[in-house]
Amino acid sequence: MNPFRRSPFVLFAAMLVYVFLYLPIFVLVLYSFNASRTNVVFTGFISQTGSQVVMDGSNVVQSPCGAFHWYCELSKNKDVTNAAKNTLTIAVVATIISTIVGTMAALALQRYNFKLRPFSQLSLYIPIVIPEIVMGIGILTLFSQLFGWINNALNLEGASRLTLGLGTVIVSHIAFMIPFVTLVVQARLQGFDKAYEEAAMDLGANEWTTFQRVTFPMILPGVLSGALLAFTLSLDDFVITFFTNGPGSTTLPIYVYGLLRRIITPQVNALSTVWIALVFFTVLLLQWIQNREQK
Amino acid sequence: MASEFAVELRDVVKKFITPEGSEMAAVDHVTMQIRNGEFFSMLGSSGCGKTTSLRMIAGFEWPTEGDVYIEGKPMGHLPPFQRNVNTVFQSYALFQHMTVFQNVAFGLEMEGASKDEIARRVGRSLEMVQLTGMDRRRPRQLSGGQQQRVALARALVKTPDVLLLDEPLGALDLKLRKEMQLELKALQQQLGITFIYVTHDQEEALTMSDRIAVMSKGKIMQMGTSVEVYERPANRFVAEFIGESNFLEGKVKSVKGDQAVVDVPAWGEELIGIATGKVKAGDDVSVSIRPEKVRLTDKQGIKENSLEAVVTTSTYIGSDTHVYLDVRGQRFKVWEQNRISTLDPRAYYANGQKVWVTLLSENTLILPKA
Repeated sequence: MNPFRRSPFVLFAAMLVYVFLYLPIFVLVLYSFNASRTNVVFTGFISQTGSQVVMDGSNVVQSPCGAFHWYCELSKNKDVTNAAKNTLTIAVVATIISTIVGTMAALALQRYNFKLRPFSQLSLYIPIVIPEIVMGIGILTLFSQLFGWINNALNLEGASRLTLGLGTVIVSHIAFMIPFVTLVVQARLQGFDKAYEEAAMDLGANEWTTFQRVTFPMILPGVLSGALLAFTLSLDDFVITFFTNGPGSTTLPIYVYGLLRRIITPQVNALSTVWIALVFFTVLLLQWIQNREQK
Repeated sequence: MASEFAVELRDVVKKFITPEGSEMAAVDHVTMQIRNGEFFSMLGSSGCGKTTSLRMIAGFEWPTEGDVYIEGKPMGHLPPFQRNVNTVFQSYALFQHMTVFQNVAFGLEMEGASKDEIARRVGRSLEMVQLTGMDRRRPRQLSGGQQQRVALARALVKTPDVLLLDEPLGALDLKLRKEMQLELKALQQQLGITFIYVTHDQEEALTMSDRIAVMSKGKIMQMGTSVEVYERPANRFVAEFIGESNFLEGKVKSVKGDQAVVDVPAWGEELIGIATGKVKAGDDVSVSIRPEKVRLTDKQGIKENSLEAVVTTSTYIGSDTHVYLDVRGQRFKVWEQNRISTLDPRAYYANGQKVWVTLLSENTLILPKA
């Protein structure tokens, strides 16, 4: 008999964890269909009558979307679509660059034994453990100092002056994403037998072909996990983005924060739901790719 | 062929930096010449330098001093992909993301062979290792023995001058290992390629090799045929490492030709034997005799090298009886072949039985200590 009998407590604890994790998300999604503009309590699903929907029991609003009224409102909101575009641009560009650099760093740390190796390894943890706000302020200070000097030295005027914007957000995202990518790829490399690369070279492949045909395909799942982690971190980053963005580079988290200070409309819930769905399908896709690889 | 030797190591030293920061010579002034078409084994326990030597031939490591010559050409710092040798790895190192076909085809693709040629040569190579029809499988869908064959096919498809094998049978079970030993040997003879085989398994080395280099602590202890290293070990290390032996310590009294007379206090008398290495009068030596070469008799036979002893333990193991003796306080082991089929217990040695032990001088070896 199994000495580790399953106690009812285990089941209870497991349920509790799931409730804690998923109840807020469930509520959030539910409220995106709320027939109340103030969104304080759930007053029921939006019902459609002809080209109109009813709000707060009596208020009649023109809308063709029925239960998805708030999603339609969202898509009409120029600020939201702009912020979404910014967020995705930043996430995609920063993910590509940080994945390349982070993977190269992981390979170098695994392959070569150099004097500064222990220091390099340690320096990877620092951006992860220091408070994000410290890093945010640090990066902001760096940019304003640097841009001040450059603008003065080159006598840049008007539109050509260096300012905070999409570029600075991307650079700072890359900076904090690299350590995550490197650590994830390193974990994958830990079990990587050098004999695979030696076998490729033994069969006539030079260093670059060996990397292309053997090393990279073998570490690809690790690289993808690292990239995905970096991508999600970039998507929902608030603190560092807050310090480094400028006019016209507002991202979704910054925009939502701004909205919340005024009024919590179900639009925010609709936006969050779309966001969750996007992340969920990305993870699902990655799982599918990895499973297919294994076969 | 440009050279008489397929591979030559000339005074090769390979030093590594240990984690503590000191230098350690994994290979210490090794010189060896491996002939074309030879099945050559490097035999030794872990850390003896055999794998490092093999890796230097493959090009995964470069010598600190000396050089490796392949077909008479110095290799220097030539990378592995510019040497016409191929390796079968201990872990097989099959590319998991490729099929069996793609694994075997990899080396030919690197040569720029045409699609038709690749298909033809891969097919022939898989046929040679009896894996026809497996080409679309993934390595992890194969058994250990099959993976081993893929590794072999992948290396041989390149038709190298020299095939390097790093303990390729280590991960297989005993029965499969024995089968593969015979198969490898047959394959080598059929192809006429030079095989350089690294192993710690002495039986494997004795079974397959034309010549064996017995290594210890980065040095070659002896190089010779299976018969030579077993019957005429160059020193005590080799005698101890290969097969089993009884050892007695003594001092050389006189040497005449290849025979030496040794004063052995533990035996109580002088012993006469064959001096295999260079020994001279006054040297401390080990007298060695194989357990199957000790003669046991009920009565004293010849006078020379003969003593009375008592059986302490006798173990019947089927083909042989292992008899352990007490000879004047010295423990001796003797393997007696059971040549007659009988149930009569008197045919086998009993504990406490008195016997005469004779060490024939032609079976007794006088070995320098090394």
